[in-house]
Amino acid sequence: MIGDFPPAALLILGALLVPFFKGNARNWYVIILPALAFYLISQLQPGSSWQIHFFGFDLTFLRVDKLSKVFGYIFTLNAFAAFIYSFYLKDSTQHMAALFYIGSALGVVFAGDMVSLYFFWEVMAVASTFLILARKTEKAQGSAMRYILVHIFGGLCLLAGLVIYITQTGSIAFDAMTDRNLGTYLILIGILVNAAAPPMHAWLPDSYPEATVTGGVILSAYTTKTAVYTLIRGFPGWEILIVVGCCMTIYGIIYALLENDMRRILAYSIINQVGFMVTGVGIGTMMSLNGAAAHAFCHIIYKALLWMSAGSVLYMTGKSKCTDLGGLYKTMPWTLIFGTIGALAISSVPATSGFTSKSLIIDGAIHEHLFWVWLILEIASAGVFLHAGIKFPYFVFFAKDKGLRPGETNKSMLIAMGFLAFLCIFLGLYPKPLYDILPYEVHYQAYTVNHVVAQLQLLSLSALVFFLFLKLLKRTETISIDTDWFYRKGGRLFYYLMDKSLNGVNRFANRVFAEGLAGFAGRMSRRGPEIFTLGILIPLWSVSGLTGEKLRGRIETTRAALQTGTAPVGIGAALATVFLVIIFLLT
Amino acid sequence: MKPKKEFDYFDRPETIKKLWILLYIVCVLTVIPDFFTDRHAYFGFDGYFGFFALLGFISCAVLILFSKLVALVLKTKEDYYDR
Repeated sequence: MIGDFPPAALLILGALLVPFFKGNARNWYVIILPALAFYLISQLQPGSSWQIHFFGFDLTFLRVDKLSKVFGYIFTLNAFAAFIYSFYLKDSTQHMAALFYIGSALGVVFAGDMVSLYFFWEVMAVASTFLILARKTEKAQGSAMRYILVHIFGGLCLLAGLVIYITQTGSIAFDAMTDRNLGTYLILIGILVNAAAPPMHAWLPDSYPEATVTGGVILSAYTTKTAVYTLIRGFPGWEILIVVGCCMTIYGIIYALLENDMRRILAYSIINQVGFMVTGVGIGTMMSLNGAAAHAFCHIIYKALLWMSAGSVLYMTGKSKCTDLGGLYKTMPWTLIFGTIGALAISSVPATSGFTSKSLIIDGAIHEHLFWVWLILEIASAGVFLHAGIKFPYFVFFAKDKGLRPGETNKSMLIAMGFLAFLCIFLGLYPKPLYDILPYEVHYQAYTVNHVVAQLQLLSLSALVFFLFLKLLKRTETISIDTDWFYRKGGRLFYYLMDKSLNGVNRFANRVFAEGLAGFAGRMSRRGPEIFTLGILIPLWSVSGLTGEKLRGRIETTRAALQTGTAPVGIGAALATVFLVIIFLLT
Repeated sequence: MKPKKEFDYFDRPETIKKLWILLYIVCVLTVIPDFFTDRHAYFGFDGYFGFFALLGFISCAVLILFSKLVALVLKTKEDYYDR
């Protein structure tokens, strides 16, 4: 029955068929696949199926409940839009990598046990690397390398944690973890690497902006949000996540404010947004978990929209630095409008999807009387408007006209952006369809007068501050050092230190042993007999009256005889005896 | 034929001036409802008049100034990692 087919398998098996399609047929094919997967997910009934016995484990490839379904919906919906956006693309490698990546993200979301979850987790890391490599620049290669290394590290933490956890509990079922021990903490660290939680976040702003135009759009959605899903499933109510999440919200803002590259601004704002979700998971009430899921849902839409508009600008102009961009409103009005809708949604302006989803998390904090958490989230909400809501559109489309006249981007990109922009506003005005699919029942009204007024006050004053402080926000051609310094520069420093220390030891050893001692031993074995013999013979000869030329002549002939091994038998035998005695004494 | 004049509305100084006035008006408008509504305060002072306006202003100013401060240490040339 088709209703029971794992959606992950549809995309992953579907990816294998991509090379058999040519031209536009291929692009239509990759658009239809996620649409089909979306339908498939809508038909899934709650429960577990596709259980396979494997190396003594009962793997469950399809565990369906409301939580996995809400992530399944948004993953396939976003894939649908992203493939419309990439209709112009003629690169089947990227399409295949994207399908593998999205398929394995679905695999994680529907995995009922930790072994299959881990399997898809790793496939995701590998497949996504190809979306970065596909940019085919030296910079992209470097950051893809760092990307995969960090994810291997995260994967190893996860694996180590899983091994400990499974041996302790004897179960591979993946449900909410209650024990707090080395095993569960290692799992948590592994997941937080993917969630881009500082200090293990630098892979994200390092690699996503180096990905291809469409790669950035696709990457922005899945890795961090599967991590959010895994946290909701495995770690609800872990207080440490509140701290981690709050740090992420502020951290993302500070770096996004310093950033010059528009796609790096968006990358840091992912960290900020995921921070809200992680905080929601940490609070752990039904309301805040709903909030985390809802915010992930809406975030994927508006963040993809923002990456799409930035991607269009990059595609048309070949530039992504704010210092090179500006004044594009004249020639790219539709990209501006759709990008701005995304920017308003991320800032949770009332009537956009960010408002109806983020409010669940913030009100979740209020209901638990978490004053500091609430305050930080409000501050961060104001900050979002600064760095993503205004800064991105302002510096790219307005600010100083840099004389760029690229013209509007292509139709497929505009259609995809229009679709997502529509969803941003639709879910903002009418959130019921979203609230209905959340894991827990929702009794929530985002649109109260107080709430709307408070949000509008917060945001309009943020806008005022932005323009009042515009001089301070002027872009410079700089980058900001982040924690990737430790493995980028630190790696070199390590190399330098190792070079100096270990190779220094090598050189010293070479001098002392190879050149010094060995040479000495060589010389001694060559000249030892001669020194020894002459040391005895010269005094004897002197006593017997040999002097001057004669003595020197005798010494020379003896030395030559000893070095060539042609000494008179008597001397040779005497020497051999002496050496035997020495060896006997030494042993 | 005269070439079509480019749409440059947002580059004009008078537009920018209008937008500034608009921004100030919007800021004031958002605070006005606080005269009429009695906001339920969850933590006490969040019910005060114009609290969220003040919060928005202060937190953004602090965020910008703080980011400028850390920039002193963290900002570096673009080719930093290539050197």
